Amino acid sequence: MTRRSKLALDPAMVRTARRLAKRAAAPVEKLARTHTTVSVERAILRLAGLSGADASGIPWVNRLVEAVQADTGLDHGVALPAWAAVVREGLDLPTLAEKAAAGGVTFTLPTGRDRQRARSAADKAVAAGLRRIDRNRRVREQLTRKLGDPPFPWVYLIVATGDIDEDIPQAQAAAREGADVIAVIRSTGQSLLDYVPEGATHEGFAGTYATQENFRLMRAALDDVSRELGRYVRLTNYASGLCMPEIATLAGLERLDMMLNDCMYGIIFRDINPIRTFVDQRFSRQIHARAGIIINTGEDNYLTTADAVDAAHTVIVSQLLNERFAREAGLADWQLGLGHAFEINPDIPDQFRLELAHAQLVRELFPSAPLKYMPPTKHMSGNVFAGYLLNAFFNLAGVMTDQSIILVGMMTEGIHTPFLSDRDLALENVRYVRNSCGNLAEDFHPPANGLIQQRARQVLGESIDLLERICDDGLLSAIADGTFGVTKRPADGGRGLDGVVAKADGYHNPASAVLEEAM
Amino acid sequence: MSGPVIRPYGDTTGDGMVQVSFTLPIAKDERADGAAQQLARKMGLDPAMVVHSKPVGPDFTFFIVYGRVSHLVDLAAVEVTEREYPLLSAKEVNLAIRARLGRRLVVVGAAVGTDAHTVGLDAILNVKGVAGEKGLESYREIRVLNLGSQVDAEVLAHRAEAEGADAILVSQVVTQRGAHMQHVREVADAINVVYPASTRPLLIAGGPRFDPAAAADLGVDRVFGKGTTPREVASYLVHAICQSARDHAAGRR
Repeated sequence: MTRRSKLALDPAMVRTARRLAKRAAAPVEKLARTHTTVSVERAILRLAGLSGADASGIPWVNRLVEAVQADTGLDHGVALPAWAAVVREGLDLPTLAEKAAAGGVTFTLPTGRDRQRARSAADKAVAAGLRRIDRNRRVREQLTRKLGDPPFPWVYLIVATGDIDEDIPQAQAAAREGADVIAVIRSTGQSLLDYVPEGATHEGFAGTYATQENFRLMRAALDDVSRELGRYVRLTNYASGLCMPEIATLAGLERLDMMLNDCMYGIIFRDINPIRTFVDQRFSRQIHARAGIIINTGEDNYLTTADAVDAAHTVIVSQLLNERFAREAGLADWQLGLGHAFEINPDIPDQFRLELAHAQLVRELFPSAPLKYMPPTKHMSGNVFAGYLLNAFFNLAGVMTDQSIILVGMMTEGIHTPFLSDRDLALENVRYVRNSCGNLAEDFHPPANGLIQQRARQVLGESIDLLERICDDGLLSAIADGTFGVTKRPADGGRGLDGVVAKADGYHNPASAVLEEAM
Repeated sequence: MSGPVIRPYGDTTGDGMVQVSFTLPIAKDERADGAAQQLARKMGLDPAMVVHSKPVGPDFTFFIVYGRVSHLVDLAAVEVTEREYPLLSAKEVNLAIRARLGRRLVVVGAAVGTDAHTVGLDAILNVKGVAGEKGLESYREIRVLNLGSQVDAEVLAHRAEAEGADAILVSQVVTQRGAHMQHVREVADAINVVYPASTRPLLIAGGPRFDPAAAADLGVDRVFGKGTTPREVASYLVHAICQSARDHAAGRR
């Protein structure tokens, strides 16, 4: 789609911004290529079909990676020592994991012909998982063709009961009410677990655990309702956190359609180690690229802590970095659901015009990306009537600036999990704005050098200034200095650093070998 | 009735008019409005006017009802449960710390003992926060050290001293046979060993199983129970630390 700039942005400035983002990302990309993590290695085992958990609920992939790490370290990857043992002991992977957890296997790094045999066994096992991901991508393409694919903007609704059995009827009801995308919010703090829980789950803290079985159950339920409605209803979950590579893999294996996957969210908001995060996000995005999954980035989060006017440029900078890291990992532009939000204080004069400037700027900087626009949260008070009005203005801004994925704002945001009626009223709001405005975007032409154009150019200018500083200091130092959000995150701090390992010469990862080749 | 008495105000003094909205699990058929009427009357609205009813899917109907209530509010009988400190916004917390302490307030938090659950600790400390409220990390004037789970009581005490902690937050989520209380007492003991008498930082325990009235029994300054939000903790910190710092500076202590 080609769009004429409504903001009279200087194409040279846009190119400069991208060039700086690429330069800022380069050292971190190198770190990501030269390191692995326990979660990347566990993802390999999941691709090879290893699932389930021991009696205490610790997944077998964790137990096996721990056992291999204890014997050989992980600098050559889990695959070679694990499949050397598979070949040597004549066991299948689940039996090996069980035996290893009981201390009954000694792992060694194979050499010579043993190495060749282990490598080809590992490659074969992991290829089966990649084939399943490829098959799911084709099934999605077939279903969207056969059942119908809703046009943008997609209506995105959240379900979060904690119990997958309750989530399913709620998700189906939401789809019948008009949702194009169902997001199942995770249990509070799952991003900090260094393992993926197992099985169908029925209790969570303000959300439902992301597990392979929960993914499967919900996707099957949405397939049913998609057939009933004659349109493909997409399913979203959350990859960010300590298990980004594994959750991305499970999403590919169970045909999820979109995944929250931000290059810095875990660092800033969850105090996960920066290097762990960057290594994990690269592998997880390679998997998403392969699976045809659309990622959603989390820039809206910045504006819930920082001021939406003062920090507008940090959103743009993060989007440019997310785009850069995503492209480097092989994602296509149609897979980049870059996030932003309608979070300016409604008491500020010209609030709506400033929101339009920001939203249009994002639209024009990323013309082919399915942008995800988030409703107000910070300035939603207990006054549900005022909140309903604010959500209408959010919906209007979304239509006027041609946003792609619209998260439906609830007037009871921050009060309780949405009532059935809250959701229905919210959808009525969206429907009214969409129907009454139609293709209002084609009529929206901010005047030359008016407030909207000037504000957009100012934010772009500030973004370039910040990117220049990041290039000078290094991205890791910028994060350590509290550039994003308000929090300082040093490169050697945070959770999960002990799970990061520098790759040795001869490191082998059967999935990466295939994924890198495809890029 | 002992004091002044009032009624809800619609557009005329004493008209008693209120509005409510609710959903009933009933299809929008001829019975639906009558069902809403009945509920409204039982809630004390008489007469009740169902001004809007709309199906929400095949099995539910949403209603908006206006009506007159006959109930009176006796102002003398209104009980005000005030916390001993005001609930502040993040901005007010930051301002208060800057003005009264003149430096960043240092908070060290940990889940101690055998408890591996950091969900409560992270809800209060992580930037992400809980229930739409950002955690203490998001406050510019608070420096947070989140030590995570299964932290030894002595390690926590020494770390708190090394970091110059103003407050120590101890979280306990999963417990059995009163282990959460035992673990908190261990922290209190360890702190009393590390710090000279009456110089220890503020000690706060939190978790769903704690009784907020048990602070003295546990040897802590404050207990926060289920449903506590970061703002409540921040407001308390300002109250307890900044207040005493000012008193101290003024020689009133």
